[in-house]
Amino acid sequence: MNEAILEAPGSVPPETAVNPVEQAINALKERFPEAVSDDPRDGYSGLLVAADKLPEVALALRDDLGFDYLSSVTGVDLIEDGKLEAVYHTYSIDQGGGSVVLHVQVDRENPVIPTLVPVWPGADFQEREAWDLYGIHFEGHPDLRRILTWDGFHGHPMRKDWKEPFYEEDTKPFGSRWPAGGVLRAEELNPYGQNVQYPPGWVPTGEEYDVETEMYAITGADLAYSIDASQQMKTDKITVNLGPQHPSTHGVFRMVVQLDGETVVDLKPVMGYLHRNHEKIGERNTFLGNIPYTDRLDYLSPISNNHGYVLAVEKLLGSVVPERAEWIRILTVELTRMANHLWAIGFLLNDLGALQTPMLYFYIERELILDFFETLTGARMMNNYMRFGGVAYDLPDDVRGQPTMSFLDELVNERLPKAIEQGNNLMTFNEIVRARSIGVGRLTRQEAIAYSMAGPMLRASGVNYDVRKAEPYSYYASLDFDIPVYYDGDVYDRYRVRMDELQQSLRILRQVLPYLKETEGSPVIDGKPSYAIRIPQPGEAYGRVENPKGELGFYITAKRRSASPERYHVRAPSFINLTSLGKMCQGHKVADIVVILGSIDIVLGEVDR
Amino acid sequence: MTSSNAGAVAPDLVVPEELSNNVMITNIAKLLDPAYNWARRNSIWPMVFGLACCAIEMICTASSRYDLARFGMEVFRATPRQSDLMIISGTVTKKMVPTIVRLYNQMPEPRYVLSMGACASGGGPFKEGYNVVDGIDKFLPVDVYVPGCPPTPQALINGLIALQEKIDQQSIATAPWYRKDDPTAGVVPIPVLGPDLVDLRKIDTIKREAAKALAEQEKQEAQERETAVSPEAA
Repeated sequence: MNEAILEAPGSVPPETAVNPVEQAINALKERFPEAVSDDPRDGYSGLLVAADKLPEVALALRDDLGFDYLSSVTGVDLIEDGKLEAVYHTYSIDQGGGSVVLHVQVDRENPVIPTLVPVWPGADFQEREAWDLYGIHFEGHPDLRRILTWDGFHGHPMRKDWKEPFYEEDTKPFGSRWPAGGVLRAEELNPYGQNVQYPPGWVPTGEEYDVETEMYAITGADLAYSIDASQQMKTDKITVNLGPQHPSTHGVFRMVVQLDGETVVDLKPVMGYLHRNHEKIGERNTFLGNIPYTDRLDYLSPISNNHGYVLAVEKLLGSVVPERAEWIRILTVELTRMANHLWAIGFLLNDLGALQTPMLYFYIERELILDFFETLTGARMMNNYMRFGGVAYDLPDDVRGQPTMSFLDELVNERLPKAIEQGNNLMTFNEIVRARSIGVGRLTRQEAIAYSMAGPMLRASGVNYDVRKAEPYSYYASLDFDIPVYYDGDVYDRYRVRMDELQQSLRILRQVLPYLKETEGSPVIDGKPSYAIRIPQPGEAYGRVENPKGELGFYITAKRRSASPERYHVRAPSFINLTSLGKMCQGHKVADIVVILGSIDIVLGEVDR
Repeated sequence: MTSSNAGAVAPDLVVPEELSNNVMITNIAKLLDPAYNWARRNSIWPMVFGLACCAIEMICTASSRYDLARFGMEVFRATPRQSDLMIISGTVTKKMVPTIVRLYNQMPEPRYVLSMGACASGGGPFKEGYNVVDGIDKFLPVDVYVPGCPPTPQALINGLIALQEKIDQQSIATAPWYRKDDPTAGVVPIPVLGPDLVDLRKIDTIKREAAKALAEQEKQEAQERETAVSPEAA
């Protein structure tokens, strides 16, 4: 299988003496002296861009300077300055390296920013999210509707002056609970006795909110008919809802599909059914208190979520991670990747109609990985394992009665390779798998980059981009592994990328195990573990890792000496990967939608946050 | 079948010899209930209904290692019409609640609700969120709560065994779904999405609170007008 791993032609980053990010920033400042300036705030590295010039600057950045990949768009509420801010993180696929960050500040009362969807279609959902949560109006956006909350929702919840129904204080720990130890039940203060909040004076009749009419209007529920040329038959288009409770949607996700017969004309994803207010809660929590919440983002790969978050906070803190902790981090993260891919491939096959059998075979091995995690961290799924400057605990002595190192040896060298080989033999050249997946849900290289796809989605479309290589973190730069790349960009290639990534993770693990033996007994955390962490310097940090689903990024800003983030944003790969779902499904049959969705490998905890 | 024979043999009852080989039915409920419950408790059909992280553990419970089939529960149904157990596995959000209640209403009786994990039972770590319902028991009658975040498959199995014990103790004579006068047996009104989640059972409270808030607002505005006028007068 290894020979199938191809290096994309010309994808090796050129050795440049000048940092491409600095070069791009200087070029932008030179070209737009009026509109672009350095961000004067302490600890901020990006550029301030005038709102009206944003599309021009973005075009120049994309076309002339090679920063063709928009990773993250988010809003920030600068309530003290009376401003709202949009933050854009852009990367260069070919050059790799760091990001050019654009900050656009507008008046809080009338926040209007031109949309970047024509430049980067991947901005679509992210701008909608910023509209929904912050009320930033992106002028010219093709479909600016609520995305995580529903049509008719009152207010923009991420604004600092929007108080949630159980509001007690701005930051935790709450005075009512600590240090006095008393318990205040916030719901008892709510006159409705529930976690709800209505605008004053609002009186319900039960029927005045006919929600979602706009969405159906956009998918064209006007029942325009088309004529089948071969049969001269008049066919009506119909709109069908798949989900939010549907066995094939991988959770509470909904697709509004417009069909012409069995063929998909258009598809709109509808999410927010698992919107758990991760970011709002994250801005009240202490820095440490957010780690368990990151576990619940992509709940199939919790430890790698920890990794992204601690990397971001470590940038703010300036922590130094001890060597053993780094090796343990890579061990756990790669095992997580394998557990995730085993699940994803099992489920993809399930979506193809091979009900449960491949799942059952793969989950046996996944359980072994979970056994290790359970002994290591105390939990099967919500591991909550990493800490700022290291990891929480050293490796256990034994796993299910077997010495840990011999358990890992057996897992990495015998069990997992055999399971992958078995899966490969059963499925990769299976005629039905190939017939159902080759040529289905195709994305070209250009489209994949434009839609801000990440992870296996990107690499199956012929883009050799992996954060572990492009901007190496931890000890990945010193490890020997390849990035699997395929070029057709269909469901089958995404499956194969994941299969090959399983092999590459094994390769990494085989290199890591000897280091774990060598460093036995050395410290696993920098300094003394502390609960009350305060940020020494103000500023922003963006920590990103290559999660099994793609680039997971955490954008954090904090004030000096603050114990909780001022702004806490998650760049969720599953969420942004969904942007292209409609495009991929057009022209396919209903049964293919299920497979295409399965190939994206979404986890709703991360999509909705 | 725990209590099927309890009290069947009364020591002071004199049975005539000619009748000692016959079966005597003294209480139909005591004979029927165990048989009826035995059938129901060993063939629970849960609904394929995953909300969040807990659903992953629910799937694990049904797959390789834990094998829910041992309990006669492997038939996860993809439609509420064929299920009698709804496992609320995960965080219930305001946007999702109308769907959940609608699905519950579509289940035939007798039906049960198992609340799996911290979020479903009380909001869990996300309780303080603006889009999270602090416990599905605000809307549906819950039979068994399984604690944990997420509960392990063993914990879910324990919860299902608890449900079986509950079923064992039920009687046709008193089961709520045969009692027309029992309000919990009826259809739960489906909440609607307005500026926030609107629980239709609470419309009176909402109107009262809204009127109170409006009166306070008007009073405040009037006060502001007065304070705005008084400097001019002075």
